[in-house]
Amino acid sequence: MTARPSPLWHGFARRGAYTVVACLAVALLLTAMQPRHFGLHLLYSLIIGPLCWLAVDGGRLLAARRVARRHPQDVAAREGWPGWGWMAAVIVVGVSVAYTAGLAVADAIAGIAPSTDGVGAWRRFAFPLLLSLVASVAVTGTFHLRERIAAMRAEAEAARRAAAESQLRVLQSQLEPHMLFNTLANLRVLIGTDPPRAQAMLDRLIAFLRATLGASRRTAHPLEAEFARIADYLALMQVRMGPRLLVRLDLPDELKAVEVPTLLLQPLVENAVLHGLEPKLGGGRLEVVARRDGERLRLSVRDTGVGPGVSPAGDGTRFGLAQVRERLAALHADRAGLRLEPATDAEGGTVACIEMPWPAAPPATASAARPADQARA
Amino acid sequence: MPSDTPEPARATALIAEDETLLAEGLRAELARAWPGLRIVATVGNGASAAREALARRPDVCFLDIRMPGASGLEAAEAMAEDWPEGDRFPLIVFVTAYDQYALQAFDAQAADYLVKPVEPARLDACVARLRQRLAERAPQTALARTVEQLRAWLGASPGAPAAHAAPPRLEVLQASVGPTVHMVPVDEVLYFEAADKYVRVVTAERDHLIRTSLRELLPQLDERQFWQVHRSLVVRARAIETAQRDESGKVFLKLRGRPERLTASRLYAHLFRGM
Repeated sequence: MTARPSPLWHGFARRGAYTVVACLAVALLLTAMQPRHFGLHLLYSLIIGPLCWLAVDGGRLLAARRVARRHPQDVAAREGWPGWGWMAAVIVVGVSVAYTAGLAVADAIAGIAPSTDGVGAWRRFAFPLLLSLVASVAVTGTFHLRERIAAMRAEAEAARRAAAESQLRVLQSQLEPHMLFNTLANLRVLIGTDPPRAQAMLDRLIAFLRATLGASRRTAHPLEAEFARIADYLALMQVRMGPRLLVRLDLPDELKAVEVPTLLLQPLVENAVLHGLEPKLGGGRLEVVARRDGERLRLSVRDTGVGPGVSPAGDGTRFGLAQVRERLAALHADRAGLRLEPATDAEGGTVACIEMPWPAAPPATASAARPADQARA
Repeated sequence: MPSDTPEPARATALIAEDETLLAEGLRAELARAWPGLRIVATVGNGASAAREALARRPDVCFLDIRMPGASGLEAAEAMAEDWPEGDRFPLIVFVTAYDQYALQAFDAQAADYLVKPVEPARLDACVARLRQRLAERAPQTALARTVEQLRAWLGASPGAPAAHAAPPRLEVLQASVGPTVHMVPVDEVLYFEAADKYVRVVTAERDHLIRTSLRELLPQLDERQFWQVHRSLVVRARAIETAQRDESGKVFLKLRGRPERLTASRLYAHLFRGM
């Protein structure tokens, strides 16, 4: 976790500054109770306070390191916070030692002989010790709270950034620039030569873009919608590739309403075109088939192209496949999966097959996505 | 040769584009921007592009970069290697929808390229440059320029997108002959030669065939030991005894302990210079 990017000395200096402020406050408090000795109070306070801070902060780091060694998964300890139990002990011991030492040093500087009168000495010792303890607890608590808040903010910020980056990469992998510009180039030609066909192609492009850009807002949709989006994409590719791309979509009626994660098949279909059929001289056939097999839903994308591993896969492809696997794992853990393998029959090519439990998406997820969509719309 | 010689009455061109509509579109746009241009061939893949260009010797080749079979860049590479000496090499214009790597390499060389969709103004400017260069009639500059550009591209893109995920070095090749698999240590290989869908692996003792492409094999070899000297030939540098240049720019390589002479193409001839 990247909670605090600032260097170590940065936090140290900040805590030092806070300590000095706390020392001033203690000196003022003592002056209010015992007027006319502000200078003296300030001297004692400025010597005892920083010593207490060093003892407590040092103790904190040592304790945190110890805790982190014993419990490596304790994030707070790794970041220097051993917990309040340890801190109570550190404060009591650290402040007592630092106070005693600091008092002796301040006495020597101020030229005040330690009192020999038992009760007077005890009173002179005990009250400021208590004050030091209280101040240390308050200062430590403040530091801790501030750093927790800063860490939480940084974590939230990092999570937001990661989510945005991931969304952007999904979008980039789906809106592959090569595909988009080639499609636009085809449109440009068609506008001049065959306006009705240009319009039909533009409608497909619009439907494809709307689905792609809106995919991040819905987590699931019916298999029928998934197949419609694939049909849009493949229609665009057919305009470009002509007879080199043959398509067969096979969705039985009883599977049309099954909810599946949005555009789950899209990366597989693009993969089949980009790395299977486009590099093959004569092109080939692409089949997308949905089947129910007992309590399993099986979705397969098969091409008769050059076969896996022939055309080098780019970052976008790898990311697309990883995304499919991640989404399946997030929904179904190890009960769903994606296999990518060479086709075994004479026609060759690649088969990508998704298997997941039936019904495909838990109804709770699907219905929860709907009201949110409506609220945004 | 006088520089004010007019361009040939009918300049000729080849279009290599795998998408039929785009090929038609480019043909139509060229008819408008360059009425005198005659399209002598329209092909849909890189291999046919090189073959047709060598057969018809057009003045200009418009090559789509991403095509099935061989890419436009590979087609240009094949043309530059096999083009007969003294004959005028075509001016090459690459066409691409979006191909960062290729464009990056060529941008620095100020080569001609067009992005799809092709804008009329951009095409007009391109045509004006092409006509001017044709009018200058310098047969060897086009070839020299293309060779330079291709060298820059070949140097800049060892596998281009896949370069950062370099596969591990190959130690042993496995060549199967019927039911037997021959284990051939890479250390014993003298050279690799592409042969259709296979690569011929030549050692001092014998040849083997492995079912892979030179393009896939190359990143797995140590490039300091194995030099590519032709688009279909990779030779162990230490096995080369002499390199002899002929007047056409080709270099003939004699190997230690082998009778055959290998040919390094003009694209790789610069590897062999006296120190």
